[in-house]
Amino acid sequence: MSKILRPKEVFLNVFANKMVSRREYFARGHRACQGCGAALVLRLIFKEAGPNTIAVNATGCMEIISSPYPYTAWKIPWVHVAFENAAAVASGIEAAIKALKNKGKIPANEDINIIAIGGDGGTADIGIQALSGAFARWHKFLYVCYDNEAYMNTGVQGSSSTPLGASTTTTPAGKISIGQGNWKKNLPEIAVAHRIPYVATACPAYPLDLMRKVKKALNANGPSYIHILAVCPPGWGTPPELTIRISRMAVETGVFPLYEVENGRYCLSLDMPEGLRPIEDYITIQRRYRHLKKETISEIRNRVLKEYKRLQLLEKMDFEES
Amino acid sequence: MAKRTGIEVSLAIAEAVRQSEVDVVSAYPITPQTHIVERLAEMVADGELNASYITVESEHSALSACIGASLVGTRVFTSTSSQGLALMHEIMYLASSLRCPIVMALANRALSGPLSIWNDHSDVMGERDTGWISIFSNNGQEAYDLTFMAFKIGENKQVSLPVMINFDGFLLTHMIEPIFIFNDSEIKNYLTLYDPTYRLDPKNPVTMGSVGLPEIYTEAKKQQDLALRNSIKVINDTFKEFKERFGREYNAVETYRADDAEVVIVMQGSIFESIQIVVDEMRNEGYKVGAVELRLWRPFPFDDLKSSLKDKKAIVVLDRAMIPGGPQGPVLSEVRSSMYLDKKRPMIIGVLAGLGGRDILLSQYKEIFNMGYDALKTGNEPEMAKIIGLRE
Repeated sequence: MSKILRPKEVFLNVFANKMVSRREYFARGHRACQGCGAALVLRLIFKEAGPNTIAVNATGCMEIISSPYPYTAWKIPWVHVAFENAAAVASGIEAAIKALKNKGKIPANEDINIIAIGGDGGTADIGIQALSGAFARWHKFLYVCYDNEAYMNTGVQGSSSTPLGASTTTTPAGKISIGQGNWKKNLPEIAVAHRIPYVATACPAYPLDLMRKVKKALNANGPSYIHILAVCPPGWGTPPELTIRISRMAVETGVFPLYEVENGRYCLSLDMPEGLRPIEDYITIQRRYRHLKKETISEIRNRVLKEYKRLQLLEKMDFEES
Repeated sequence: MAKRTGIEVSLAIAEAVRQSEVDVVSAYPITPQTHIVERLAEMVADGELNASYITVESEHSALSACIGASLVGTRVFTSTSSQGLALMHEIMYLASSLRCPIVMALANRALSGPLSIWNDHSDVMGERDTGWISIFSNNGQEAYDLTFMAFKIGENKQVSLPVMINFDGFLLTHMIEPIFIFNDSEIKNYLTLYDPTYRLDPKNPVTMGSVGLPEIYTEAKKQQDLALRNSIKVINDTFKEFKERFGREYNAVETYRADDAEVVIVMQGSIFESIQIVVDEMRNEGYKVGAVELRLWRPFPFDDLKSSLKDKKAIVVLDRAMIPGGPQGPVLSEVRSSMYLDKKRPMIIGVLAGLGGRDILLSQYKEIFNMGYDALKTGNEPEMAKIIGLRE
């Protein structure tokens, strides 16, 4: 597993986007907001996956902005059915292709990537049953959750992936409320619990890392899952031009650690030799956190550090075992 | 030549699915559908059926996976019942609007609550407006035959719609009946390969399931309505072709001694055969009675129904599902509205019977016919359906 090294020697790894294919399969002209992290995520994923790919999209921002009939942003076969069933639809597609191969109707060695895409609501909440079922049945496809940490498409309602202290329209900060009162559901860990061959987290501030993970996931011998942080300027209350900087801060503060779990072995993708950046850097530039008092911020800091430590321990444990 | 074999109806349906050479089966077990999916799983396990069998975690995913598989261009089968169908409800609309010719065997069962695993028609009635073709079978032979015809109808390019075959839970699913089983070669010649116009194929990328903005939604729904409405021609042609090939006759509206009848019962499903016994008895006593079955529920066979009912004096519509707080029975409501514009329409009376597995006795069918005669005598046409055998 190759780590993103830091800081100077990896400039190439972080910024050398010119080394990436110029071909687009998620075309521009779609209707995403300025500075949309999720749209950027899709662009990178499908650049890596290439043309021999079928995409399944859960209802949500990315589905809405890319397919208002008669327009489409998709240069690959793409289907949207409903909100909670992207993993089930992808299961059917995978099973159908398998059947066609078994019957000799398509060549057995033809490699068609199947990628299901859902937001955090469509994955952590309403779609988790279909996702768990698909993992358990071992359908070989990649499920990508673009996590913008609330139901952004319907107007910033809280999901189980909304972080502690964030104010949303259904978890509003108020006189007696700090906003979202619970810790964010840990979806990658839920994926890991299914013992699928490949789980990773990624973020568009590290595009080459993201694409490398997509490649690994598509080559995995079974189901794979990538959880990607997607900054949402209107939902988070952040300036559109800061999407990449905020994405990077989420990683550098330890709020959203980048890691891979390959056949159960944990590996942090990023070395932090100078330690984690202060969490205030990330929190104070977002409107959704502006009501937070020092106590809550320090509660968040403690939990972030604890979770980060846990990951480091998991990484060690697995390496010793192997 | 087809052989006549004593076989459980569920197993015969599974046999039909195997002979139809489906590519993908995606189903979740529910009583009384279980024997169908168990048998299919066994066939896949023994290599008798070369298909992917997806053991989904719910009916919602069962139908979702069917849609995915169907859009790849494979032949797809599912089967369910009652609560399972209700859980599919959201996806039912998508199967029809994405024009997936999925075939569903629906073992009709009551909806909870209270929980009931027994037969009535509340499950299928709840999915009335989902845009599926819906056909009833009255016995095992029909359930077996209609499974083949369902693929033939749904996959016709003029149609491209999902088809559900209804058969009464337990009353049919668990019965061993004498059924003519085809030789595999007869079906190979009858069912051609499924070859859809559009499919999810990287060589020819298409976008499916777009957002329908207000400028296009109405037109999309109109097209869907037209496709379903016009499918009646393909359905009737398929029935005709089946008769020519295999000798068994199917009609959108089935009748029994109804031509010269004064009073008829209109109903659906396996009770059609029980009523025939009562019709014969009452005919011997001098009553001019008959029975009319709405085999085709969607698309609604307006013309066939009207021509079967036009000279009748009174018709009693027997519903096996309730519309609480409404006109009591869905079939009653639709038969009434389809006859409304006829100047010389018969009297139309509704009854509800056989809910949640309650048996309907032969004497009760007699009572139902007599309600028709009473209405003729008194000239009184009650607005609400009467519940037969209700304990007060």
